[in-house]
This record gives sequence, structure tokens and C-alpha cells, in this order.
Amino acid sequence: MEKLVQLTMSGVANGAIFALVALGFVLIYKSSDVINFAQGELLLIGAYLTYMTVEQIGIWWPAGVVVAVLLAAVVGVLIETLVLRPLIGEPAISVIMVTIGLSSLLRAIVGSIWGVTPRPAPQFLPRDTMTIFGASVGVDKVWAIFLALVLFGVLTLFFRFSREGIAMRAVADDQQAALSMGISVKRVWAVAWAIAAVTAAVGGILLMSIFGGVSGSIARVGLLVFPVVILGGLDSIPGAIIGGLIIGLLQSYAGGYLPPDLGMGEVVPFIILLLILLVRPYGLFGQRFIERV
Amino acid sequence: MQSGTFHTTYAADMALRPYWPQRLRIALVLAAVLVFPWFADRYWLSLANTIAIAAIGAIGLNILVGYTGQISIGQGGFLAVGAFSAGLMAARLDMPMWLTVPIASLFTALVGAFFGLPSLRLKGLYLAIATLAAQEIITWVLTHGKLLGIGESLSIPRATSTIFGISMTAIGNPDFAFYWVTVGCLIVTAIFVSNLFRSRVGRAFVAIRDQDIAAQVIGVDLFRYKLLAFATSSFFAGLAGALTAHYRGIISWERFTIDTSILYLAMIIIGGLGSVSGAIYGAAFITLLPALLSNLARLLSGAVPQINSYLPYMQQGAFGLAIILFLIFEPEGIVKMWRNVKDYFRLWPFSY
Repeated sequence: MEKLVQLTMSGVANGAIFALVALGFVLIYKSSDVINFAQGELLLIGAYLTYMTVEQIGIWWPAGVVVAVLLAAVVGVLIETLVLRPLIGEPAISVIMVTIGLSSLLRAIVGSIWGVTPRPAPQFLPRDTMTIFGASVGVDKVWAIFLALVLFGVLTLFFRFSREGIAMRAVADDQQAALSMGISVKRVWAVAWAIAAVTAAVGGILLMSIFGGVSGSIARVGLLVFPVVILGGLDSIPGAIIGGLIIGLLQSYAGGYLPPDLGMGEVVPFIILLLILLVRPYGLFGQRFIERV
Repeated sequence: MQSGTFHTTYAADMALRPYWPQRLRIALVLAAVLVFPWFADRYWLSLANTIAIAAIGAIGLNILVGYTGQISIGQGGFLAVGAFSAGLMAARLDMPMWLTVPIASLFTALVGAFFGLPSLRLKGLYLAIATLAAQEIITWVLTHGKLLGIGESLSIPRATSTIFGISMTAIGNPDFAFYWVTVGCLIVTAIFVSNLFRSRVGRAFVAIRDQDIAAQVIGVDLFRYKLLAFATSSFFAGLAGALTAHYRGIISWERFTIDTSILYLAMIIIGGLGSVSGAIYGAAFITLLPALLSNLARLLSGAVPQINSYLPYMQQGAFGLAIILFLIFEPEGIVKMWRNVKDYFRLWPFSY
């Protein structure tokens, strides 16, 4: 029971972070049909920017986090305008490859500024433990879940009520119709990348404080976004959240209950990914317009 | 200087290189390839071997991505299958190289066809993600390779590097000896694949790429040809992997991660999708880029002492930047640039 609670809590915490990252991914895919392989590097950038503002410059940490997140949003908009906009209308392989090239470039930039050696993370989240159902659980995990939930809430309100959010939903629904209603699709794409960079940055910051350090390994999480979004459906925001939680929990259980030397936690998400693709390619909540061959 | 196509026989019409400037160029390239190893030192020989092996893998990937239009991010995994199956046969069964390489290639073709099964239901982005999963699963099998009896790495006895009983090391240093094997394999691969796309099977591949529904309507069996494309492509990945295993003498899973898959995709994007020579140019570009950068760093290390610690990032960044710049400014790759140069001189002094 104690192990179950611990594994569940860490699974939910990781799952919430996966969901955040997947959310940005889905937003980009929905509004511009771009599969973003650089999502993991956006996490990395968010984490290192926070490290820079809080540890290296020494800003009071809540302000430092806000500054880092804003900088990450600027990076997102820059990526969209400089790299992806010239490729509008190119075949899928080009768009995939350009985000892959981007991930390589971003990792090189981060590496040349901050090096490869892991650095201790600034301490925002309390590191003590609390007891839930008789099991001791790190408070940082509870905080990570809570913060992810808050961000989901804010984004839901944004999509439902703000002018910009409604424009994004319109573009995702029907680009032609949105264009003829006078919505600037380019602006929507820029906003989508900004939001993706922000959610990834928050995910990176949370991961950094759970790991207790920043290093290049944070970008590894970017690959896990694929099982999450395929499970939930590539174009579904609720799917990204539920898919994130399911993958996080399964990864945690597989790592915890199966023989540890097998390292099942790493491969289980990808086995699920293949199975889902074969059985239900549109995922749990995706639209069924995927072309059958 | 030709001004049009004036073939009078079928043989002339079927020729791979019908015009004398093309034949002259091929002859010059072949002469250079034959002369090169006698003058090059071991550093350049090993670069040439790496390029030749990479070019075989890139041509294989181009069959799948460039000609059949099925995006695959699993080439690293298939290279690993070829390398480790050849390595295990050589290390455990003491089988000679001329047996392990073909068997490993065929085995990789089978594995490739198996991971090609999702392509029957998926296409485009979804298929790319499925092959990504294949890559991750193959990497996992290798990292937890106790099942296969592989530790951190697998060493292949040099003694198995024999061809029909002749030891590779008998004819000079291994780089020199392997040059003939790798370049020989590359030439055979290039001729085979160039001809493949003039055959019924190759035309079917191209038809699937251009419009799969139309291909089906005119009677192309999608199921068969897609699996065949995966198998052919993986065969060459297996060949490249098996050659890597014997050439390096020691292999570990780190050589075959998703980064390798990306490297190979970059080769065919930068070289030119759907072109055999493009795959070779791309392989040369991607292999030479880090080598040239490290030479440059060595030259500059006197003036800028810290440059060596930045070298890995420079290489990685240049790689990413090359992909982005090519996709934005010349999406058809080096092949198109070379064609532009040729057209310029062919049409000079007119602009078109």
C-alpha cells in the first residue's frame, strides 16, 4: 500500500508535467499541423533560463521564474517566425526535419552557454515529506501536481473567454473559415508557440526542482510527449492531460513493480505508443479524420 | 554539348548514363576512387570508410523516405540490428565476414518488414512516430542486452574479418583493406538502387509516394510494396550496420540511438530526397562537417585557446543549422545545387 501510494504520487506528478509539455505540443499541432520534435529542448531552455535568472543573476525567485517564463515565450515566438514560417506549405518530412534540426541547434546553444555538467537547481519547492495514507511522499511532487492544475485552469479560461484563445480555437477548427473572419493565422501560430514554450518552461522548472538539478537529461522527457499525445489523440487538449497522467502512472508502476534491472519504465510508454497506433491511431479523444491506408 | 535526346536504340534509351559528359564524369570519379587510397593517410582513409558506410545506410533510407514517401525515424535501430546480428555471429560462432554481412543484412530486412507493418494502417506523421517507437524499443532491447549476452559493448574478433579465406589485415592496414570492401559495397548498392527505380517494383514505390490511392487504383498492391520498401531499405541499413561492426571491431548501443536515425535523415534531406547521388553527397557532407570543424578548431586553438571545449557544441549546432538552412533555402538539397551549377554552365551565356 505504501509503495502503491508513493508510485501513484510520483506517477501523477510526472504525468502532470508530461501533460503540460504535451499540451504545448498539441496546441502547435492543432493550429499549424506541425509535429514539434524540439519540445524537449523547450523544457531545457525553460529550466536553464530559470537557473540563469535565479541562481546566476540572483533575482528573487518568484520574479526570476516569471522573467524566465517570459523569455521562454519570446524564444517560442522567435522560433515560429524565423524557422517555421518560411516552411509553410512544405511536405511533412521537411517540417519534421526542421524541428529536429532546431532541437539540435537549441541543445548546442544551451550546452555552449551552460555546459554539460549537471548544476544544482535553485530550491523553490519545499523538499520535506508529508504522509498520505501512511506513505511518505515528497511535498515537491504535491506542489508540482498543484501548479500543473493551476496552469491547466488558467489555460482553460484563456481558451474559453479571451479573444486570443477563441481565435486559436477557430484556427484549429477551420483555418480557411478563420482567415475569412479576419483572424490573423500568423499571429495565432506565434501565440501557439509562445504558449507551448511557456507550458514547456513550467514543465522544465518543475522537473528541475523534482530532480534537484538541471542537466541535458531534462530534454529526454521531450520524447515521452509522443506516447502521451498519441494515446490522448494528437489534436485533443483533454486527451493530452489524461494521456499524460496515464503514461506517467504506467511508467511509474512499470518502473516500480517490474524487475528494476529491466528498466521497463523507459520502454513501456513506447510499447503503448505502438499498440495505440495499431489499434486506435486517433487516440482516446482525437478526431477520427486520420486517413486510413 | 547535347541539345536534346536523340536515342535511336532501346539500349541507348535504357542506359543509366546516356551522355558522354556523364560517362566522363563517372570515369573520373571512379579513377579518383581507385587512386585515392594509395595517397591518403589513415585519417582520410577512415573518413572515406565512414562516408562509404554512411552512404550505404543513407541510400537505404532514401529508398524508404525519398522514393516511397514513408517517413522513418528508425534507421538507427535497423543499423543496430545489422551490426549486432553480424557481431554476434562473428563473436559467438566465429563466422567469417563474407557470411555474417549478407546474413545480417537479410535478417535486418526481415526485422524492417516487421516494423513496417504499422505502415499498412498509418501514414505521414503517424508512421514517423511509429518508427520512433521502433527505434526506442530496439535501443531498449540492446541496453538491456543480457538476454542477448551483450554487455556494455560487443567486440568482434579481427580474425573473422576475412573474405573467402583472405584475411583483411593481410593487405595493408585495416583502413586500407576495408576501403575496398566498403567502397565496393557502396558501388554495388548505388548501381542496384539506381536500377531499382527503373524497374516495376521501383516504379510502384514512386507511385505510392506520389499518390497512394491512385497507385492502388492502377493495381499497385500497397500491402506488398510498402513492406517490400521497408525490407529493401532495412537490408541496406543492415549492410551498413554489419560493415560498421566488422570495421570498428567493437560496437555498443550508443552508436545506434535516435541521434543516429536523425543523422541519417539529415543526410538524405541535405543531399536530396529521392536521389542516389544525393544520399552519397549528404553522407559525405554530414560526415565531413564535424571533421572539418575539428580541424578548424585545431588550427584556431593557438589564437583562441578555449575553442576546443566548445567544439562538441559547434559540431552539434552546425549540424542543426545546416538542416534548417537547407530546408529553408534549398529544400531539394545538394543535388539541386549541383544541377543549378551544371545548368548555369550548360546554358551560359543565356540565363535559361
